[in-house]
Amino acid sequence: MADIPAKRFSIKRQTGFGFVALCCFVLLYTPILILVFYSFNAGTSIAIWEGFSWRWYEAAWQNERVLEASITSLKVASSAAFLATICATLAALATTRTEPYRGITAIYAAINQPLMVPEIVTAVALLIFFAMIKIYTGYQGLAYLIIAHTAFCIPFAYLPIRARLENMDLSLERAAADLYAGPWQTFRHVTLPLMAPGILAGAMLAFVISLDDVVITEFVKSGGQDTLPTYMLGQLRRIITPEINAISTVFLAISVAVVTVFFLLNRKGSSAS
Amino acid sequence: MSGPDGSGTSKGVGGLHGNLDAMPAISVRQVTKVFGTGPGSVTALDSVSIDIQRNEFFTLLGPSGCGKTTLLRLIAGFDHPTSGRIDLEGSDISYLPPFKRPVNTVFQSYALFPHMSVAENIGFGLKMLGKPVSEIEAEVDAMLKLVKMEAMRDRSTAQISGGQQQRVALARALAPKPKVLLLDEPLSALDLKLRKEMQIELKRLQNETGITFVFVTHDQEEALTMSDRIAVMNAGQVLQVGSPRDIYDHPSRRFVADFIGDTNFMDADLVSVAKSAANKASLKLASGKKIAASLPEGDVATGPVTAVVRPEHATLTKPKPSSDLTGTLENVVYFGTDTHYHVALASGGKFTVRMQNARDQAGGFETGDKVGIDIDAGATQLLRD
Repeated sequence: MADIPAKRFSIKRQTGFGFVALCCFVLLYTPILILVFYSFNAGTSIAIWEGFSWRWYEAAWQNERVLEASITSLKVASSAAFLATICATLAALATTRTEPYRGITAIYAAINQPLMVPEIVTAVALLIFFAMIKIYTGYQGLAYLIIAHTAFCIPFAYLPIRARLENMDLSLERAAADLYAGPWQTFRHVTLPLMAPGILAGAMLAFVISLDDVVITEFVKSGGQDTLPTYMLGQLRRIITPEINAISTVFLAISVAVVTVFFLLNRKGSSAS
Repeated sequence: MSGPDGSGTSKGVGGLHGNLDAMPAISVRQVTKVFGTGPGSVTALDSVSIDIQRNEFFTLLGPSGCGKTTLLRLIAGFDHPTSGRIDLEGSDISYLPPFKRPVNTVFQSYALFPHMSVAENIGFGLKMLGKPVSEIEAEVDAMLKLVKMEAMRDRSTAQISGGQQQRVALARALAPKPKVLLLDEPLSALDLKLRKEMQIELKRLQNETGITFVFVTHDQEEALTMSDRIAVMNAGQVLQVGSPRDIYDHPSRRFVADFIGDTNFMDADLVSVAKSAANKASLKLASGKKIAASLPEGDVATGPVTAVVRPEHATLTKPKPSSDLTGTLENVVYFGTDTHYHVALASGGKFTVRMQNARDQAGGFETGDKVGIDIDAGATQLLRD
């Protein structure tokens, strides 16, 4: 025994590792696979298979309330992603392209606050805050949702942008300044194009996070407004048909597509620098 | 052509009235740079003054941390002096931002823009200066030709080798026709063969463009082969400025003699100084022999001093009464072109003699032999410290 060289600890070799891993994957993906599977059910049950059909996709497509909720979702998610990305880009520049200053740690904490504070707390706080504004202004529109989503999307947009900036060679910006580019020209011709993959990745992440949100949306939305997730939640309280499965499947497909693009962009970005 | 007169000296700013040819390209006046404040602060440059002439290949040579890169950064404008001033052709640029200085830099890491082609990289400076597209294109073509990279025009910078990236970095910095080109250890990332090639290439580029080059290196051989003049730096100070031959043959400070080439240090007694013609001094060696030595600039008091002799400026002989030094041969090291003889001196200390090898002929000395050393006439240099 003494002659056998000490092996590095490897979790893969532990007894039962494979079994636990398998359980995790099964628990994660089986419900999703079942959901997708029953979206093609010809019958009206979400649990009894009666043959293949596209009928629930057609039903969802023809359901005006689904379409309306989808459009609201897209409006909110794209606006929130856009605004959050702008804020996050400025925040990332201010936290990486300046001399270290007092309070920078507090600023990191403030930017990432939505990741730490329980969502329900944010939701209740926003509900009360917006209720006050509603009383004074009478405005009932989508802006509340967009502002709320922007707020909690900022850290998700911020992290990839900051990572990109931190990995960027500072001598590139110095070289631009050396070659007669003023601060704005340096930003426009060097910093911005080089951080673009990070910005795009941040925007996509923010978009998916916004599209997905239920808790804050449920609290903040005005009467009659629904995003796709809150519409689905409402439907589940009444009758459940495979239409919900169909909508969920489409939703899943869109999210997977966006996240895939996000990873591809990130990989391309990191290999370039 | 007038800048803010930062230091308040009465020296003329502007240079419109001065003789432009006699005016140095870069004039560094008592520049001090301190990083940080309080007890943790570091003095990177300590009252440095240098004049760099136009069309000169000027090298800042020193070990890492000697302040040479800090000085380069101050000239480029990436940092500003704590005190003192830097003039470019007579106008104060001490506090001008880098994009307002007609000075370009070749970075150690090259810092090529990865999202631009070779041609776009080279044209960047001219584009920022607002030159018309046709002029930029023509200049880019001329630069590509100058650095022999015509075929790589539309390549991405990731698709070319390290040596080619180096050429692009050079072309990019030369394209806007700067008054001064700064080179921050540009050859350190290249392998030996490519480095030798680029040394010759750099010298050629400097001759062809007529631009003042300020070159930073820690490689003494590189400095000796390429420079018109060298400033040897250590611990934030300029110890000696001179031509390569001057620096090598007449080091004035212990550090300079030690840093450049191999040297024998000898304790001696300065007997008399003849301030006359060749600034010669009479020196009494520890062996009791008297020899003549060159004096460094400045005053040296009589008494105990240190003198240096290069190993190739001495000859090993059989011991004889006229030998300058005598001792025992401790070690013989064969180097192909020459042989190094390490001698333990009878008067204490060591001395190395380097002698050229003849073909198929041993030197005739063996370890343990009693030997004499003749120092070549005029080969002894006195140090100031």
